[in-house]
Amino acid sequence: MPRPLESKVSKSEVERLLLIHRDHSKPRTENKKGFFIDRATFNAFFHKSFCFTDTIISDRVFRVFDKDNDGHISEMEWIRGMSIFLRGHLEEQVKFCFEVYDMNGDGYISREEMFTLLKSSLVKGNQEEDPDEGVKDLVELVIKKLDFDHDSRISLNDFKTGIDKDPLMMESLGPCLPSPETMEEFSALISDVPNDGGMFKGKMKR
Amino acid sequence: MGQALQRAAQWTSAKDGSGGKLEFTKINEELLNTIIKFLEGFSSKYPEEAKLVFKSPLTWPSSLTPQTMSGPGLSEKGDDLVSDATERDIPLFALKKESVAYECSAMTLDYCEQVLRAASDKKMHEVRACLEANRDPVVNMLGERFATVEGDDNSIFRFMEEITKEIEQLAKQSAENEGNTEKQQELDEKKLVLKLRLSLLRLDQQLLNQSIAHITKEARLTPVIVDGEFNILRDLSGADERKYVLESIEYWGDGYVFKNGCRAHPQRQLHGDIAYIEARPFDGNPLYITANTSGYYMNKGPDNRGDLDYEKEGDSYRDLVTLLKDKSPHFAEAIDKQEFSLKVQERDDHRVPDSKVHDVGDEDDQEYSYRQEQRRQKQIIEEPEKDQKSKKPQRKKKLEPSLKWKTLGMEEYKEPEKRSERAFKIKKKTSSSRLKSKTPLDAEDTFSESSTESEEEEEAVERRSETNADLPSEYWQIQKLVKYLKGGNQTATIIALCSMRDFNLAQETCQLAIRDVGGLEVLINLLDTEEVKCKIGSLKILKEISRNTQIRRAIADLGGLQTMVKILRDADKELKCLAAETIANVAKFRRARRTVRQHGGIKKLVGLLDCSLTSPVQHSQQMKNETDDVEVARCGALALWSCSKSRKNKEAMQKAGAIPLLAKLLKSPHENMLIPVVGTLQECASEHSYRLAIRTEGMVEDLVKNLNSQTDELQMHCASAIFKCAEEKETRDLVRQYGGLDPLVSLLQKTENKELLAAATGAIWKCAISPENVQRFQELKAIEMLVGLLNDQPEEVLVNVVGAIGELAKATPNRLQIRKSGGIPPLVNLLTGTNQALLVNVTKAVGQCAEEPDNMTIIDKLDGVRLLWSLLKNQNPEVQASAAWAICPCIENAKDAGEMVRSFVGGLELIVSLLKSENKEVLASVCAAIANIAKDEENLAVITDHGVVPMLARLTNTTDDRLRRHLAEAIARCCNWGNNRTSFGREGAVAPLVKYLKSGDDMVHRSTARALYQLSKNPDNCITMHESGVVQPLLKMVGSHDEELQEASAGCIGNIRRLALANEKARYS
Repeated sequence: MPRPLESKVSKSEVERLLLIHRDHSKPRTENKKGFFIDRATFNAFFHKSFCFTDTIISDRVFRVFDKDNDGHISEMEWIRGMSIFLRGHLEEQVKFCFEVYDMNGDGYISREEMFTLLKSSLVKGNQEEDPDEGVKDLVELVIKKLDFDHDSRISLNDFKTGIDKDPLMMESLGPCLPSPETMEEFSALISDVPNDGGMFKGKMKR
Repeated sequence: MGQALQRAAQWTSAKDGSGGKLEFTKINEELLNTIIKFLEGFSSKYPEEAKLVFKSPLTWPSSLTPQTMSGPGLSEKGDDLVSDATERDIPLFALKKESVAYECSAMTLDYCEQVLRAASDKKMHEVRACLEANRDPVVNMLGERFATVEGDDNSIFRFMEEITKEIEQLAKQSAENEGNTEKQQELDEKKLVLKLRLSLLRLDQQLLNQSIAHITKEARLTPVIVDGEFNILRDLSGADERKYVLESIEYWGDGYVFKNGCRAHPQRQLHGDIAYIEARPFDGNPLYITANTSGYYMNKGPDNRGDLDYEKEGDSYRDLVTLLKDKSPHFAEAIDKQEFSLKVQERDDHRVPDSKVHDVGDEDDQEYSYRQEQRRQKQIIEEPEKDQKSKKPQRKKKLEPSLKWKTLGMEEYKEPEKRSERAFKIKKKTSSSRLKSKTPLDAEDTFSESSTESEEEEEAVERRSETNADLPSEYWQIQKLVKYLKGGNQTATIIALCSMRDFNLAQETCQLAIRDVGGLEVLINLLDTEEVKCKIGSLKILKEISRNTQIRRAIADLGGLQTMVKILRDADKELKCLAAETIANVAKFRRARRTVRQHGGIKKLVGLLDCSLTSPVQHSQQMKNETDDVEVARCGALALWSCSKSRKNKEAMQKAGAIPLLAKLLKSPHENMLIPVVGTLQECASEHSYRLAIRTEGMVEDLVKNLNSQTDELQMHCASAIFKCAEEKETRDLVRQYGGLDPLVSLLQKTENKELLAAATGAIWKCAISPENVQRFQELKAIEMLVGLLNDQPEEVLVNVVGAIGELAKATPNRLQIRKSGGIPPLVNLLTGTNQALLVNVTKAVGQCAEEPDNMTIIDKLDGVRLLWSLLKNQNPEVQASAAWAICPCIENAKDAGEMVRSFVGGLELIVSLLKSENKEVLASVCAAIANIAKDEENLAVITDHGVVPMLARLTNTTDDRLRRHLAEAIARCCNWGNNRTSFGREGAVAPLVKYLKSGDDMVHRSTARALYQLSKNPDNCITMHESGVVQPLLKMVGSHDEELQEASAGCIGNIRRLALANEKARYS
């Protein structure tokens, strides 16, 4: 049973989001109706709009958006996902992040999952040292910060508690939410008032 | 004059075979003028030489006509004018017609002079024509042998030898055959030639000197000079308007430097161009300047196609700085400051230990600056490498043509610098990672601090772990985290930052570990990134560890303040808060505070205070937004609180409009907001302008209100603000009107919080200066409580308590109250202390108490007068003066005071010797004391023996009314012994005293009249007084309402009159 959409996204914004969805989707030939965004377009769009450079993360975000796991994002999935992605409450966003990081969807972020997510986060400067060693270290650090029940993996509860303690840990396994700048620009794009100050500011920053 | 004409004079090149012409230049003109001056009056000075006939005539085309020249001795022959006198059949002067113009030829200087006289305003033309026609006139005049030659010219010596030989010859001849007149004549002529030659030589020299003076003035620019000036200015250019003189200065063009050092195109080099400079001043358009060999001048700048229009615009300048000073007012203003700061830097680098020469007035400050100096010394020890590196640019800076360099005496200080470098080379190894300072030291600020700085700040001791042997485990863990900070992307950085915060950052080992593994650099660099989260994480750590004084310094040295100041403008409120809080921590020492100011931080911080700014967002968020804004304002106030310890920052805050904002925040109900706000205010209240603003902006009411707060800290700051503000009468009245005196007195019960107690007693002290307030304090029974605080309190509290008692004791009932509540013994006890500020207050209080005879009995019993007397030996003139003042009522009210005073061994000698003091207040107080002492005849005799009379007489020339009053009083009293009256007269004390009557102070009149009356008992003094015109003013004083003054004046006049009568009587009898 689909819940009513969050009021954080206004009607006109929903309309604009749908327009964006339409622009990036192609009609499906199969028996399903409506328009869908596929993975590649989704990744490209997020790269362009939110500077998501890490494809692992983009893929995961796609997965989280794609509730029915059919490899395509329908209009409903799109609006639902974007409303949390852009305007979600803290709790929703925590859950969103957790789902992004929980790669196999088993309700826990395991060491292996963390390792995969953090693999590319260290610059390979020193040849002598094993680069994986550093990543393992980072994983241990995250475990230390977030694993409150000491079961060597992070549950949603762990994650929530950790972020309550230190909000900075929200995106501790990779950026999966819009940064203030991209947020501002994108909001301007879909906002009700076209000549919003934010738009102007965004341009100024450029 | 040959050499001068050949070398100094500027000739045009000979083109048409007619020989060169003299150019019309300034230097030539001056040469000609000198020659004219030489010729004019030559005949009168040297009549014989003037008549000497030239070897060949000087001939030149003249503008003269026979009509203008004609005179006696000249006759006209057709068109020509010829002189009657001839030599070798050539007329000595001729003016011959040659086609149109006349040609002039002269054979003697006499005629040359005549020509000039006739030429009147065309003198210059004639001389010029003559010299152009005769390039070496000396040859014509005296013959070829005197021709101007290159190299050694010894024609004169040869000539002289010739003459002397001939003289010898002549002498021989004359001895043999009775003289040879012809030879004699020839010899005479030769002597004449020699004389003329010598005078011409002198002229030549004169001309040369003149032209040298000119030429040196017109020294030409070279590429090296241009480069030098350019480089200096480039060092002084930058983006910051307050610091730099220019925004930028660059060479214009493609930057190619030719072999000869020029940058201009070769075809422009032909015109003397060296380079083109583009200078961008802060005020106005870019200036395009041509550096030409003849000087700097503006050109018309690049045209549309980017080619430079070389045409000269405006004047030429000798140096670039002068040109820029003319074109840019900002430059002119800033360059002067630059010179100063450069100078200071130089001084700093050489650690001149003379910072004490500045008159700060404030003891603490002096001591403080001394410590600062020591710290710098230490720093140089720590940073020998840096010092060596920075040496080169220093030398370069010396190029700056500023006279100020001279006064530095830099050379003197090089030696110690080197020594310290050598001595501490061993230490170098451990401190090699020492950070280069990004915040420049400059002493301009050194003396601008208020005295409220805590001691430990500047004495941050560098503690370094010398060995890595027993480092705590945190060290290694932190090192690892820093490694991830350095080599990780955003995600890794955030993990590392968050993990780092799990360490106990309040612990010094962790703080120093972060610094020692290079974590500070990374954390500060993170502030420059775009990642908000990283910045927040970094600032959260910096905020914690900056509680450590060494970390503060390191952050400042790494330029962290600059970045944080920038962040204050960020949109993210959390970020702003963190930056402001960190600044609040770092800006606990003065260099940091200056850096904050110099980078515009004060303005931005003041901007944070404006928290009513609620952007129209969704309603639900409004609340959150407002609380966020309040938090931002609180952090801003915190940072300003730290910054406000520097005087210049206080000024900057005021300029940025902090006062109304602070006034607004002062109405806030939140205590955590009020504490920094009131803290800032009390810090700033040391400045008069703030005190005025606090009063006029109605902040006194809020301060008083917050005195009733529940928080000790807030109460303390409020009391402290009142303490400082109550220096002004209006504020004292306001405090009373708002009912502030009651809470102040009730604060006295909080005896366990010493800081609060010190602030409250301070406020009571200052408020008690107003008599109305004293009344209220009396009602509140403040005296009893204050007396209760006289025991077992730290000195800071005691100073204020005693100060308050001293003020309150001005009212008689309070004096009684002090005695009744047993305040006198502890007060007298405090006279044995050493704290100067305390002693000043204690002596004052004891003095006030001594006004009451009953109190005096107790003081006497406790031997208080002896203690007071011994304080006259104190080093501090303030203590001396206030002790001497306190002695006065003691002597007045003590029973058998004369005996008591005599009992102090050497006491009288001591007090008389204080008349040698330089301090006016000491002198006045000692005079007052002496006036009291002299009431006792025996003591008067003793002090007379100690030479009090001449010493008092020596002081009489003062213009200080306070001193005059007590001095006259002392003189009046001292007259009553022996022949002191006569002595005063002999020492010349009488005439100056008469002048006192012109003073505007009635008290001076009274004591002076008394002194004059006493002195007038001596007839000689009467005469002096009369001569000084004493009668008129005294007559006026007789009409005064002051009876004492009337009486003394009348007595004095009476004495004078009696003397006159006696005189007359003597004459007629």
